[in-house]
Parts: sequence; C-alpha cells; structure tokens
Amino acid sequence: MGNDKAISVKNLTKKFGSFTAVDHITFDVAKGEIFGFLGANGAGKTTAMRMLCGLSRPTEGDGHVAGCDIITQAEAIKHRIGYMSQKFSLYADLTVEENIRLFSTIYGMSSSQIREASERLFKELEMENMRNTFVKDIPVGWKQKLALATATIHKPQIVFLDEPTGGVDPVTRRKFWELIYKASSDGMTVFVTTHYLDEAEYCNRIFIMVDGKISALDSPSALKEKYHVATIDEVFRIVAQNAQRTD
Amino acid sequence: MSIFQSLVKKEALHIVRDTRTMVITLLMPIVLLLLFGFAISTEVNDVMVVAVVDQHTDETRDIIQRLNVNDYITFKGLIAPEDADRLLRSGLAEAVVYLKNEDGKVKSQIVVDASNTNTAQTATAYIRGIISGNAAKSPVITNTLYNPQLKSAYNFVPGILGMIFILICAIITSVSIVREKETGTMNLLLVSPVKPQTIILGKLIPYFLLSCIILTVMLLMAYTVLGLPVSASVVTVVEVSLLYIVLSLSIGLLVSTIVDTQLTALIVSAVMFMLPVIMLSGMIFPIDNMPVILQWISNIIPARWYIEAMRKLMVQQLDFSYVMKEIVILASMTVVLLVLAVGKFKSSTR
Repeated sequence: MGNDKAISVKNLTKKFGSFTAVDHITFDVAKGEIFGFLGANGAGKTTAMRMLCGLSRPTEGDGHVAGCDIITQAEAIKHRIGYMSQKFSLYADLTVEENIRLFSTIYGMSSSQIREASERLFKELEMENMRNTFVKDIPVGWKQKLALATATIHKPQIVFLDEPTGGVDPVTRRKFWELIYKASSDGMTVFVTTHYLDEAEYCNRIFIMVDGKISALDSPSALKEKYHVATIDEVFRIVAQNAQRTD
Repeated sequence: MSIFQSLVKKEALHIVRDTRTMVITLLMPIVLLLLFGFAISTEVNDVMVVAVVDQHTDETRDIIQRLNVNDYITFKGLIAPEDADRLLRSGLAEAVVYLKNEDGKVKSQIVVDASNTNTAQTATAYIRGIISGNAAKSPVITNTLYNPQLKSAYNFVPGILGMIFILICAIITSVSIVREKETGTMNLLLVSPVKPQTIILGKLIPYFLLSCIILTVMLLMAYTVLGLPVSASVVTVVEVSLLYIVLSLSIGLLVSTIVDTQLTALIVSAVMFMLPVIMLSGMIFPIDNMPVILQWISNIIPARWYIEAMRKLMVQQLDFSYVMKEIVILASMTVVLLVLAVGKFKSSTR
C-alpha cells in the first residue's frame, strides 16, 4: 500500500447475524483529502465508520487506517485518529477548559503540550472568555467548534466526523466547514459522514452508500457530469432510488 | 496527571456538580438511619391499660402496682366493668385486665384491642408476664441475648446498610454509565487510546470512594447515636461491607452494559435489585416465615447474605470465623458478576 493513502479498505464487510450492514466496500482516501461519506439512514455509514475507528471488528475484508491494520492494530489506530460524533458530545457539566484537558490527557499529551495546545486553541477559536464556562452554557455553534477542536487537539492524521453538523443552522454549518477546510489545509485527512447533500459539494470526493454497498464514488463535479445533473441532491436521488432499506 | 487520574477526577466532578443527587445520596442514609433508629420502630411502648377488679386483696394490689411501674405500660387506672367496652372502642384503652377473686385465688382475664395484631400480641405478652410473674410458682426466666433491650434499631442498621449500597453503587453507577452512552461521550472515550478497563475503573472508583464515605458516616452513627456496642468485630464489619460495595458496583456495571437508556437502567436496578433487598433479604420480613419458593429466591439475593453477616457481626458481635459462609457466598457472587460485566462490556466495545 502506498504512503499517500490515509485510508485504504478492501472488501470490508460487517454482518450482524443474517443482516449485512456493510457489504464488501472497497475504497481509498488520499492524505489531506476531505472525503464525504453519504447515505440514507440505515445505509451502513456508522457501522463502516466504527470499523475504520477500530471500534468494531469487520466480519470480512481488511484495511489500513493511518498506516495501521484495522484488525490487528486497532489500538495503534486510536492514537492516530480523532473522532467527533453525531450527537454533540463533550461533557456538559465540565467547563470548556476541563473538557480540553480531559481529552488531551486521554490522548497522552504531556502537561506542557496541553497548556500550549489549549492556549493556541482558545486564541484560534476566540474562546478566551469562555474558558471557565460550563459547556452546557455555551451556544450550539461554539459547542460544535469546540468539539471539532477537541477531536483534533492531538493533531491526528485523520479525523472522523460522524454527522458533525446535525441540527445546526446553515450559517453555523458554513462556518463549521471553514474549520474543516482549515484542518485539511493543515494536512489532516477529513472523513465526514453527512446527510446534508449541499455539504457534499464541499468535499474533494464523495462516496454514496446504498444498502451497505458503494453506489457512487468520485468527485462531486465528476458525479454530476456522469449523471447529467446540476446538483449532488439529484445524483443522490438517482443512485438511491433502488434502495431497499429504510429506517 | 495520568489518564486514569484525569478520568477519576472527571467522574468526581460529575458527582459533585450534580448537587441534587449528591445531597440525596449523602442525606438519605442519615435520614433512613434516624427514621428507623428512632421514629419507626417495631417495639411496642406505652400500652394503655385499665383494670377491672371485683374485690381488692393483697394479690390484686400487687398486680396493679406492677402494672403501674412497668415501663412499657401506661396504667390508666381502675374502672367500672360497664366502662370497659366504651374505653376500648374509643381507643382510650388498648387492653383491659379483669381480676376476679374466686375461692381466695385471683383469676385473671386480658381483653385486648387486636385491630393491630402486632401491638395486641406484644401487649398481651407484657401483661401476661406481669400477672404470672406474681402468681407463678416457677416463673420462666427469659434471657434476651445480644440485644437485651430488644431495640429495633439494632435490627434495622444492617438492613439499611444493605439497601443503601445497592442504591448508590448499583443504581447511581449504572445510571451514570448509561448516561454516557446516551449523550455519546462513551463513544469518544472508546475511540480514544484509553483501555476499556481503565474507563470502567475510572467510572467505578469515585463511586467506591463515595460509598466508603457513606459507610464511615453510617457506622459512626450506628455506634454513637444508635448505641450499637463497639467490639473487635468492627474491623470485620468494614471488610464485609467493602466486599458488599464491590459486589453492588459489579451489579451496577452489569446493568449498564445490558441497557441503553438511563430510565431503563433506573427501572431495572430498582425492580430487580432494590425491591428484593427490601422484601426478600430479611431486612424487614423474616425469611423463615416466607413460602418455600421465596426462601429459595432469597438465596440469590446478595443483600440477604450481607444482612445476615452484619447481624452476626454488629448485633451478636461474633467474630470473623462465624461469617465465613456469608463472606464466601458474597465473594463468589462478586466474581461471577464482575466476570459477566467486564466480559459484556468488552464484547460491546469490539
């Protein structure tokens, strides 16, 4: 496998009993790429992502994430990735600073590194005055930013964002994507799942998953050309029209 | 700060900042102890007794005198036979003692208000004792060992301990773990390099410490305010209690790996663990009086063995060797629960 690949999987499959949640998917993600992972609810996005993060063992197939084997080196992967989940998830009853400290300690940073990283982060996010505010008391937009910053504080090679903008207004979403671009320009690979199809346009390449399988995989413009349509929304409707699974 | 320390600190902050739960967990044991120790009691005190005497003799005077000075009885005086019924009905008297002279002997009869069977039986026993204590040629001498004053507080302390730790360790711990599942923070911890066992320990240790604080407070209260006799068995009391705390924590952990919402965690812990503690552990209702089937079930309730051990240690003041059986049972239950819980937790993460 080449060194320019951040993620590379082959025939990745996950079965739960007789149900095949993820069905032989094969794809590569280049370093520094923003890779969009699209699919309706129940298409198998979260299951696929859990396997890539080392949270769930594939039934079949293999893959490498950040240069580590997803089956045999799951623990090593955990050091090299960041993760931000679907629901906004930081500890609401801890302050901004306490959350940052907790997660940076968990990722094995030393106290001087933590101090340095949190100073930088407060400055970048302009959150100096919110340092000692409980996370539950800060506005949603800020929470989202903070969650991303926390997920990337240990400078992971790849950051996994599982529907990071769920339930957020368009303006905040826009701002959030600016942060994603910034992370990407810093050399981080971004793997993002979403069901906002306009967001797909922001990605370098997208992957549309239907019923656990790959239905389309290319850059947004190439996909639009291929299906002769103007938006990703229409592309999605064409490839997903034969979907069997619903919620 | 190490990863483990920061996890423990974070959990401690959750506990301390959740003021309501904190106050409940700290106050409830104290309130329960005081309630059961002083307010709620199965002792029968101040039974209101009146007497009907047809003819005064030395013997009847003697009996009346004894009724008068008995601490458990409030003697309201002598009445006319026709008033007896009215006094019983109005509740001004709970028992009427009839003393009748026949052939130079005193014959006696007790009429008691049995609307509360417990009070009635105890009152009857008191009065019978007082009367026969006078007449009997060879009185039966009763020795109440271990709890000479028959204080019901002695009996309740072990039960309350058995209940409190299930409450704090099993219910509160399981709810707190499941809360992290619900809010999604558990996922953040699981994708991090932290080992699952570190996550578990980081969650359990703060609750273990909280339980230790509560144990200290409860034992101090039991030995001072409630006046349980202090003896060498105190060390064993602490040891067995720590074992029981670990066991309750394992229950909490197991519940949290099985259920997915805080509400279910609460209901499962409360119905499957809290109710049996109250009903079947022998805390309130004697196990020997239960139908055989319930007696069997009570065998698998950890609190039953803990409470039995505590009664032996705290009330009878027996030493370590007498509670070996209970310790072995509790320890085996702990091992089984821990293995199940950790296994389940690991399989759910991978």
